[in-house]
Amino acid sequence: MLEIKNLAVGLEEEEKQILKGVDLTVNSGEVHAIMGPNGSGKSTLSYVLSGRDGYEVTSGEALLEGEDILEMEPEERAAAGLFLAFQYPVEIPGVGNMTFLRTAVNAQRKARGQEEMSAADFLKLIREKAKALKIDAEMLKRPVNVGFSGGEKKRNEILQMAMLEPKMCILDETDSGLDVDAMKLVAEGVNALRDAGRAFLVITHYQRLLDHIQPDVVHIMADGKIVKSGGPDLALEVENNGYSDILAEVA
Amino acid sequence: MAEPAHQGAQAVLTMPDGQGAWASEARAAARARFDAMGAPTKRDEYWKFTDSAPLSYDTTPHAALFRPGEIPLFTNLDRLKVVFRDGQFDAEASDDLAMEHVEIHMLAEAAKADLHWAKDIYGVLEARGQDPVSRPFAALNTAYAKNGVVIRVTGKAPKPISLIYAHDDEDSDAILHHVVKVESGASLTILENGPAAARFNKCMEIDVADGGEFHHIRAQGRDHERRAVTHMFARLGTESVYKSFTMTVNGVLTRNECVIELTGDDAVAHVAGAALGDGKTGDFHHDDTVFITHDALNCESRQVFKKVLRNGAVGVFQGKILVKEGAQKTDGYQISQSLLLDDDSQFLAKPELEIYADDVACSHGSTSGAIDEEALFYLRSRGVPEAEAQDLLVLAFLAEALDEVEDETISEELLGRLQDWLARHR
Repeated sequence: MLEIKNLAVGLEEEEKQILKGVDLTVNSGEVHAIMGPNGSGKSTLSYVLSGRDGYEVTSGEALLEGEDILEMEPEERAAAGLFLAFQYPVEIPGVGNMTFLRTAVNAQRKARGQEEMSAADFLKLIREKAKALKIDAEMLKRPVNVGFSGGEKKRNEILQMAMLEPKMCILDETDSGLDVDAMKLVAEGVNALRDAGRAFLVITHYQRLLDHIQPDVVHIMADGKIVKSGGPDLALEVENNGYSDILAEVA
Repeated sequence: MAEPAHQGAQAVLTMPDGQGAWASEARAAARARFDAMGAPTKRDEYWKFTDSAPLSYDTTPHAALFRPGEIPLFTNLDRLKVVFRDGQFDAEASDDLAMEHVEIHMLAEAAKADLHWAKDIYGVLEARGQDPVSRPFAALNTAYAKNGVVIRVTGKAPKPISLIYAHDDEDSDAILHHVVKVESGASLTILENGPAAARFNKCMEIDVADGGEFHHIRAQGRDHERRAVTHMFARLGTESVYKSFTMTVNGVLTRNECVIELTGDDAVAHVAGAALGDGKTGDFHHDDTVFITHDALNCESRQVFKKVLRNGAVGVFQGKILVKEGAQKTDGYQISQSLLLDDDSQFLAKPELEIYADDVACSHGSTSGAIDEEALFYLRSRGVPEAEAQDLLVLAFLAEALDEVEDETISEELLGRLQDWLARHR
């Protein structure tokens, strides 16, 4: 599904290399987790993959189903099936949540040469998906993320994911700022989307999210590289011993 | 200020013939007012952001006709049409002027008759609005207006009066002066649209009696060469309501002045505007100048002005809330904002509060900003193409102003025009 080869990325504005040759392959149907200390480049990886400005790719490639996405505009990547659940979802005053979602769903359908979804079908679908995430009608009407609590914002990200049905989902610290109940809801939302035709890359600091979203592979990222990969046990090791042992081991 | 007042004005402008006594007196008084104040100059504080020269009658105006071939706004509304073509009443294109609860006269005729309610307003509200800031073009208008509608409403008007300004003559100068009297408990909506003339000077005086309601929706544009100066003078009685919204797109020079006096307790005045200019398709200069005076208890006023500017477009906002002594419990709000889509565009704002009462809530804010890049990326990351995402954010920026339009059908139609404009100017 996603193949990242020797990806090196710096900042556009200053001489600073953040990713120093990332190699990562996520197969269809798999859930991969990336853990790592602050500043290791986890969030940068998610932003570079989704096409945010301000980064310069100095080498390497990122293929989504064999297609290089790094040359694509963010909206083209989305239409190709990539989705990033933001660590800090953006508030957009004046744009209703429902309008936003409908515009996004139909823009992607249009880009893929599909017909627009009718208002009735859209309404039916969003009500069903929103209900599972305990998002009420009031939240759907409000401007995008404006006045939402931390938990509401994250649930809203998962709702977008559920509506857009991407193939490759990247979750950037979706657990940050969530209490246990909210985390369960979010995890349930993600698990409901697990499918043989879909893959996940879950970026997190803590093992606890991975109790709810069981990963197939866990990667440890440090100083712009994947330094170790393993099974779910690797996350437990981090939880118990911190990163220092692992980093010492690979140094 | 004592410059020779429009040397050319005397030559170009003539007072209409055959006026009755009251009209002649009102016009002569206005002419005297104008002579005393003189034409605006660049030294005038009130005109420091806007060059009045293109509005002066020393030059012959010229504006190419603009025929976009789209269905004009409000076409599908149930309305009573009054058409002015280059400032002349076009009876043939207009509807029958009879309507339940509403008297509609043409100024040219009314000026000959003894309409006491009209003579108590014509030039009277304009003259009141000359203090403390002079508005020379309004005085000039009262003196020389060729025509206009004189309306009295005694109940709930069954449909809006739609003033349509057609432009057929590339060199036309139009001066129109409307008078509106909303009697106690009555209500009326006035719509205005159309390019009007090569140069347009329009004045509307509105007297809203106790419990009356006046609603006003105006669309200016899409003609590019419009040079227009407009004034709205309103006096509001107890528990009366005044709500006005103006959408402006394009236009080399537009100055919209609005002067409102809240003279009765519990009156409400909302004035809002959304203006969009793109220097790439022609010079754009848009000036909203608002002066609201609170002179009664517990009144509410709200000014919401938003401008979207690109490619060297210029937006101006001068807005004042004056709370007179004793106007306690005043609730005044003023916001003026611009969205600058590039580094070449300019927003000049002068928000003012002057308060002589001690128990009031007044707030004002003025901002200039660019498109929120974070929001833009967020939308794009969900698959919304960049241009569409930007339009969505522009409309979100304008929403607070457009929200002032209460009628949903009209609001939807205006929104559609804004979307079309944005799509053409990507």
